[in-house]
Amino acid sequence: MSEPRTPVLQRLRTSPLVWPVGAVLTLIVINLIAHSDFLSVQLVHGHMYGNVIDIARNSAPVLLVGLGMTLVIATRGIDLSVGAIAAIAGAVACVFISDASSESAVGTAVEACFLAMAVCVVLGLWNGFLVSVLGIQPIIATLVLMTGGRGVAMLITSAQITTIHNSNYEFISDGFVFTLPFAILLALGLWALTGLIARRTALGLLIEAVGINPEASRLAGVRSRTIIWTVYVFSALCAGLAGLMISANTSAADANSNGLWIELDAILAVVIGGTSLAGGRFSLTGTMIGALFIQTLKTTITAIGISPDYNYLFKAIVVIAVCLVQSPKARARLVGLFRVPRKQAVTA
Amino acid sequence: MTATTLPSATEPVSPQRPRRWRRVTKSAWSVLVTIWSFLRTYRPPTRYVPMLATLALLIGMFGYGSIRFTGFSDPQVILGLFVDNAHLIVLAVGVTFVILTGGIDLSVGAMVALSTIILARTLAAGWPLPLAVLVVLLAGVVLGLLHGVVIHYFDVQPFIATLAGMFLARGLCYLLAPHSIPITNHTMTSFAEATVNLPGGYWVTRMVIIALVVVAVAMWVLHRTRFGRTVYAIGGSEDSALLMGLRVARVKIGVYVISGLCSAIGGLLFGLYILSGYSLHAVGMELDAIAAVVIGGTLLTGGTGLVFGSMLGVLVLGTILTYINFDGTLSAWWTKIAAGILLLLFVMLQRLVTRRQRT
Repeated sequence: MSEPRTPVLQRLRTSPLVWPVGAVLTLIVINLIAHSDFLSVQLVHGHMYGNVIDIARNSAPVLLVGLGMTLVIATRGIDLSVGAIAAIAGAVACVFISDASSESAVGTAVEACFLAMAVCVVLGLWNGFLVSVLGIQPIIATLVLMTGGRGVAMLITSAQITTIHNSNYEFISDGFVFTLPFAILLALGLWALTGLIARRTALGLLIEAVGINPEASRLAGVRSRTIIWTVYVFSALCAGLAGLMISANTSAADANSNGLWIELDAILAVVIGGTSLAGGRFSLTGTMIGALFIQTLKTTITAIGISPDYNYLFKAIVVIAVCLVQSPKARARLVGLFRVPRKQAVTA
Repeated sequence: MTATTLPSATEPVSPQRPRRWRRVTKSAWSVLVTIWSFLRTYRPPTRYVPMLATLALLIGMFGYGSIRFTGFSDPQVILGLFVDNAHLIVLAVGVTFVILTGGIDLSVGAMVALSTIILARTLAAGWPLPLAVLVVLLAGVVLGLLHGVVIHYFDVQPFIATLAGMFLARGLCYLLAPHSIPITNHTMTSFAEATVNLPGGYWVTRMVIIALVVVAVAMWVLHRTRFGRTVYAIGGSEDSALLMGLRVARVKIGVYVISGLCSAIGGLLFGLYILSGYSLHAVGMELDAIAAVVIGGTLLTGGTGLVFGSMLGVLVLGTILTYINFDGTLSAWWTKIAAGILLLLFVMLQRLVTRRQRT
């Protein structure tokens, strides 16, 4: 006996992804109205160029951070320290490269990246330790590193903006592989890998179990402590990669402004993607669409000729709109407004 | 019972002296034992422990500072802390209300910037001062009301709702004034520069008096009114508060309105402090306010905490900066690292206190 398949339309309507996808499509339509060649992509010297490619590339750091954030939020946590970790990763890599004997060598860049990643693992372990072993609330545990982290980054760079000259390092942000920017491929690759590990092994299920009820899952034999530790280390690693990308983009480590407010954008991407801050169910695809949406919004505002100063205003309106649409309570109220007359007609 | 009957003066003294002496020493000893055992087993009420720890830390920091640097123990240094942080104290008071109900408000920094801009713009346009101040306060109340309604009636998480509020306030800042506007209104500048003289040649600004009044009012509201009791009840358990018939909706929206109002007042004080309106003022100040509240002993899960503690938390953060200024060789980034470490210490202390409470 096989269950009857739900009609495609109904499946679409109940899918949590329908709202964010709809929002992105709306923005693209607005863009197409403003500039009819918005979606065109050109191939110049074997490199793809175009608005869509730009949007994807610029949303790569937020997507990277968002991936880690999704898993952390799924365990009913939150990681506010990602911006500071991104700044530290950039600072470590750039200071290492500028102090190295051969500044522009391939080896130096690779070593710098590995060193930065190692530092990020330590920072992630620290967050995980505070949350899972000491049992401190995630928002406060990571606030510690968010406050202190930028100080540490300044300590590493001596509060100077460390500029470097290493084309191999810049490749992380500006390079092209198979005609596509490397940044996009890196973010997409990590997205696919995370999805594969989370959905094709039990890890995703365990993460959701810990998020829905940590105590029950512990009693059921899930090692919640290890799971929580894992997601914070993963989040720090993602933040570190984003930090490398941001510092490679400008070839400089700025402890103050690298990755500033990226935690808020990442959390926004996760929430727009339909993952609840209350933990449990998560959607990595949703996060990707959320990150794309934030970047598309930014591009749209400039594309239709509004000053980028108003970006914040539009972001606020859109965030509220998306959150209200996703909140079942608000939706019920809205639907209730329209349904009242029909119900009366039926009873009459 | 430790009381002993005193011998009357008419009694013959000499034969009984050794015995009476023994009795006196014995009773004195037993009094000492009683005091000691009282001290040994005395625990201040649990809700005061984190705040007392903050106070002890503050005293310790000042003690260490005055040993290391000449002039650190000058009372004017302490008053200076109030002068430089009056706006932050008011912000922390507002955030304390929200955190006590288990929520959070990320919009206060942006609201401070918006307040300075509204003030500067309206005054530059020639509005009368009371009207300008009223508009600023109204803006804070409206933003807080929006937060409260969206959070309570539409079930949006406080973190996201106030994040949107932060974007909204910053966006309005850019809309109203992309550049810095000086505040040149004569009444404002003279108010800002005037000092309140205290006995002994010490002084504070009028902003400090306003901040202290806000703290006093907040303490009265929290501890002496039904609204305040309900705030603690919601933080303890929202469902229980609802079942008890408390006005959860009203109070929950009320705390966000209070936070909005406090951030508007804080914005006015900040505007007076630096006499300009600019959209990049107070970036990250919401984190300072939250850190001060946590250092002051308020639990982020809600239900436990004191406004007075939050004020002490602000002073602790201010003392770190003063210490670094006095030292001169320490770099500014140590402020951030020290604030992070302090935050960690207090979170761990709270962890210990709450764990002991439970067992």
